[in-house]
Amino acid sequence: MADIMAGPQAKDRKTKELLRTFWLQVSNIPGGQKIKRCLQCGTCTGSCPVSPTMDIMPREVIALFRAGDMESLLKSRTIWICASCYACTVRCPVGIKVTDILYALKRLAMENNLFPARFPVHALSRSFVSLVNFFGRSYEPGLLILFYLRTKPARLLGLLPLAWKLWRHGRISFLPRGIKRKKDLQALLKEAEIMEMIIPWEPEPVPGH
Amino acid sequence: MSYLYYPGCSLESSARSYDVSTRWVFQRFNLELKELEDWNCCGATMYMSIKETISLSFSARNLALAERNNGQIVAPCSSCYTILNKTNHILQENFIMRAKVNQSLKRAGLEYKGTVKVRHPLDVLVNDVGLERIKEKAVRSLKGIRIAPYYGCQIVRPEGFFDDRENPITMDELFSSLGATIIPYPVKLRCCGGMLMTTFPRVAFELNREILEAAEVEKAEVIVTTCPLCQINLDAYQDKINKRFGTKFQIPIMFFTQLLALALGADRYEIRFKENIVPIPEKILGGAS
Repeated sequence: MADIMAGPQAKDRKTKELLRTFWLQVSNIPGGQKIKRCLQCGTCTGSCPVSPTMDIMPREVIALFRAGDMESLLKSRTIWICASCYACTVRCPVGIKVTDILYALKRLAMENNLFPARFPVHALSRSFVSLVNFFGRSYEPGLLILFYLRTKPARLLGLLPLAWKLWRHGRISFLPRGIKRKKDLQALLKEAEIMEMIIPWEPEPVPGH
Repeated sequence: MSYLYYPGCSLESSARSYDVSTRWVFQRFNLELKELEDWNCCGATMYMSIKETISLSFSARNLALAERNNGQIVAPCSSCYTILNKTNHILQENFIMRAKVNQSLKRAGLEYKGTVKVRHPLDVLVNDVGLERIKEKAVRSLKGIRIAPYYGCQIVRPEGFFDDRENPITMDELFSSLGATIIPYPVKLRCCGGMLMTTFPRVAFELNREILEAAEVEKAEVIVTTCPLCQINLDAYQDKINKRFGTKFQIPIMFFTQLLALALGADRYEIRFKENIVPIPEKILGGAS
């Protein structure tokens, strides 16, 4: 594979860094490097139940990666609209794990604070993570409240009819149920944070760049 | 090897009927379903989209706990099932990641070697218990009930451990062996949108409408599902969908274990039918034999 500098266009440092990090993440997925074999057949796009609402089609995601246009990818609606149904992954004729590749893009976008303005999905993920890190388990009412406080606090009121309905049917629990060994979990997470930063080997160069 | 029950967070709050009915059914077959001690959230799809090593370590804590207890994990929630399997797969294949995760687990006094199997109760019931034994134990025929078997995405995708990834039939066989009529249901694997119901409700409404419509066209009397998120999307938002599209859907959405428990003779109060928001008709509750 060619040198990282030899891409179709001269790339700035930031883009190169993004490409390298992305490639490392993709290499971590078992079979992730199959992305190199993409035929651009479009089976992924055709199988995707939400592709009509995406701005960049799943097939184009791989094309843009090849062209080295990470910024468009990270700013796209596409990576956040994916609902993880894995239809693309199952049908890809060369075995590309499209869903997992979108996960890698999500993580990269979160790390670099690159996402479309007023976009709700990352807010949901962040609320979720702060909740489960604290309790060890998720708590649905708490998650929704945190999420709406972060995005559209005014809509919290609009949730009341739904909350009432669920309450009446006994589907809302009063209190979150945490785990017992929270301290152990905190220690585990703290260590994992350090592990997250460790890159044990120099990954092979990004194909085509 | 014992079954270690991993209920997951939903089954503790919004889907307790799934929890209760799963335990009930397992008990009926004298299968011990011991809850995995001090399990934590699997991380769901949302943790994965923030940090990789951290989310894997977080969900691997459950695998490590199960390994220490020398058991198989039984996870009824499709999302837990997929995430735990995915973590397992990555840790088995990627030794560097396993080393990093084990370093984190060590801080909690744990270690994971990669020997645990993660299974779905549908798989356990149909493949370990077997349709024959289920039929023997059934006290009520489901004859005359038209069922739409809705699997949702994550029970057979991406891996398809126990059924086909494009056309699963485990649930079809289970209920047709109990006498029910299974409707042709081409959207059985179609996505319900999952968390999109919160983040992009318009997209999710459209997806759910397709699932309900396909059931109505074939005159299904109940949609049976295996996933708490699919259940709540289809059930709690059905009136909103009707309002939005001017439809008149009135299709009850049940967990497969609820219907199975009914066929096995459960009392309707034992398995929390009050949780189902679209009311379940007497014909189904009382059996039709």
